[in-house]
Amino acid sequence: MIVLEKRPQPSRTWSMATPLVAVLATMICGGLLFAVLGKNPVEAIGTIFWEPLFGEYAFYYRPQLLVKGAPLVLIAIGLSLGFRAGIWNIGAEGQYIMGAIVGAGVGLAFYPMEAFYIFPLMVLAGAFGGWVWAMIPAFLKVRFGTNEILVSLMLVYVAEQFLASMSLGLLKNPEGFGFPGSRNLQSYASAHNAELIEGSGMHWGVVAAFVAVIFAYVLLNRHMTGFHIRLTGEAPRAARFAGVKPARLILFCLGMSGALAGLAGLFEVSGPSGQISIDFNVGYGFTAIIVAFLGRLHPVGILLAGGLMALTYIGGEIAQGSLGLPAAAIQVFQGMLLFFLLALDLLTNYRIRAARKEVA
Amino acid sequence: MDLSAINPVLLVASLMVAATPLLLAAIGELVVEKAGVLNLGVEGMMITGAICGFAISVETGSPWLGFIAAAIGGAILSLLFVLMTQVALANQVASGLALTLFGLGLSALMGQSYVGIKPPAMGRLDLPVLSDLPVVGPILFSHDPILYLGILLTGAVWWVLKYSRAGLILRAVGENHDAAHALGYKVIRIRVLAILFGGACAGLGGAYISLIRVPQWTEGMTAGVGWIALALVVFASWKPWRALLGAYLFGGVTVVQLNLQAAGVAIPVEYLAMSPYLITILVLVILSADKSGAPAALGRSFHASH
Repeated sequence: MIVLEKRPQPSRTWSMATPLVAVLATMICGGLLFAVLGKNPVEAIGTIFWEPLFGEYAFYYRPQLLVKGAPLVLIAIGLSLGFRAGIWNIGAEGQYIMGAIVGAGVGLAFYPMEAFYIFPLMVLAGAFGGWVWAMIPAFLKVRFGTNEILVSLMLVYVAEQFLASMSLGLLKNPEGFGFPGSRNLQSYASAHNAELIEGSGMHWGVVAAFVAVIFAYVLLNRHMTGFHIRLTGEAPRAARFAGVKPARLILFCLGMSGALAGLAGLFEVSGPSGQISIDFNVGYGFTAIIVAFLGRLHPVGILLAGGLMALTYIGGEIAQGSLGLPAAAIQVFQGMLLFFLLALDLLTNYRIRAARKEVA
Repeated sequence: MDLSAINPVLLVASLMVAATPLLLAAIGELVVEKAGVLNLGVEGMMITGAICGFAISVETGSPWLGFIAAAIGGAILSLLFVLMTQVALANQVASGLALTLFGLGLSALMGQSYVGIKPPAMGRLDLPVLSDLPVVGPILFSHDPILYLGILLTGAVWWVLKYSRAGLILRAVGENHDAAHALGYKVIRIRVLAILFGGACAGLGGAYISLIRVPQWTEGMTAGVGWIALALVVFASWKPWRALLGAYLFGGVTVVQLNLQAAGVAIPVEYLAMSPYLITILVLVILSADKSGAPAALGRSFHASH
């Protein structure tokens, strides 16, 4: 018989090792899944994890890693603050959409004027859009005690409908021959989030993601608010005695994650994607949840996890093309990773022992 | 705009159809939460049920087998949640989210070859005389059997929770698992059974969407119904009959907005389509003041340390 014995303190070694073990376990199980789908598992796993980095066309895929990783890291950093304190914002997808709409809206309002201040204004507007959308569940939670999980998630569906209405209505390109979707911001110089170094994939969103990582690290380790966040998550009772105001923490965590998700949306719409369209969002807001957990809710961990998750996206696309692996298989693969991660967390907090026969 | 085209009798009848997936999923989740477990994976289990039911009924030609497969599929997926939260003691909120993300991917993978196919139809209740009555006939006596099953299940769950010994034990586990454990009840075993029941119900609800309500398979077709079902449990303050009432209310909103869309009301389609979600939020806000019905041990892991 095997028994679990609670560790007096979470194991640091296992805390660092579980993400790696989880990735390995996911590779094995994912390989089995690909084998069931009739693909060569070794080849498929190789394509996903090796091709984008060191393959023949790696020069094309490596910049993509930054492009896909940046929004994931930006959103996940915001989410991790709340998750640490037990505040569950799972509506980042909605905040991402609203940030993109508001930011792009501000940019398009200036069209066709060219000025240096347009893009900074759009960035502010994007953060503001996401922030407002996240403040709805935050306010309702603080004022009425409404469950933030359900409200933030419901608002994703509302935002998706709003996106459809915007791309068919107010923001529709008047010169778009009636097709849905806004003007392409890539061809509007003042609003274009262009690559900072040609061919590197490096755009302002990537810069923002790195800044967010540093900011979150400093906040959590050197600032009182960060201490309160950690305290609330680890010992809610102690936090209350220490005078932590839950309402303020909820507003801060949700607002911050909303603003960062909004920023991610703005950088995406003004850069890689270019325009507001009905299917502009691709689920970064949900994948970022996996990234946040994979990075152990730690800023540096999230940075690495964001890179890994971007890798599975890109590798998945390559495998779709070359091996005919269905897109959904990658989604399953990512979900599997989250499962292994959460389950293996057991080893951080518990020790597994063979039960000794006790003599009564 | 032509509102007179909306037939109130058909409206009520289709409201009941729209409410059934919600009701089935919510009743399952209600039992799970009564046992003290918060499973946020309802959406994932529903969509898995939807594709399992669809695939099996297309392959066998029998909607009944489809529904059975859906219940089994939902339960199997919930088994993953069992492993995570009851065996590995993982965080229930995170595990539920994982279940939803995984279920959405898995269903899309399984459903690839079923897009655009029509499933075999399920017969409707057809009682002589009764089904032909005006007004009452279409509303009460000519639905598909699963709709009646949903109502029966509500009654059964209500009775079991309120009057049976099993229900009492289940509630005890949900209110105070340490006390229940001290009394010698198998906390983990009871919770596992509750989670499996919840999974099976969510699976049935999902299959109701893909086999009867729509009936068709498209990726992500549950479109948040699982989440609304979770909200519904809060709305019902963990009481089965109020869940039925809530499901009909939400079903009503959905059907009315669809009818308004069809009638060409001056409100844009997108804003009408938002309404069920907005109303869910509104209802949550109104009801969140009263948390008296919530099981005390909801969302807490149990580990017998001695």
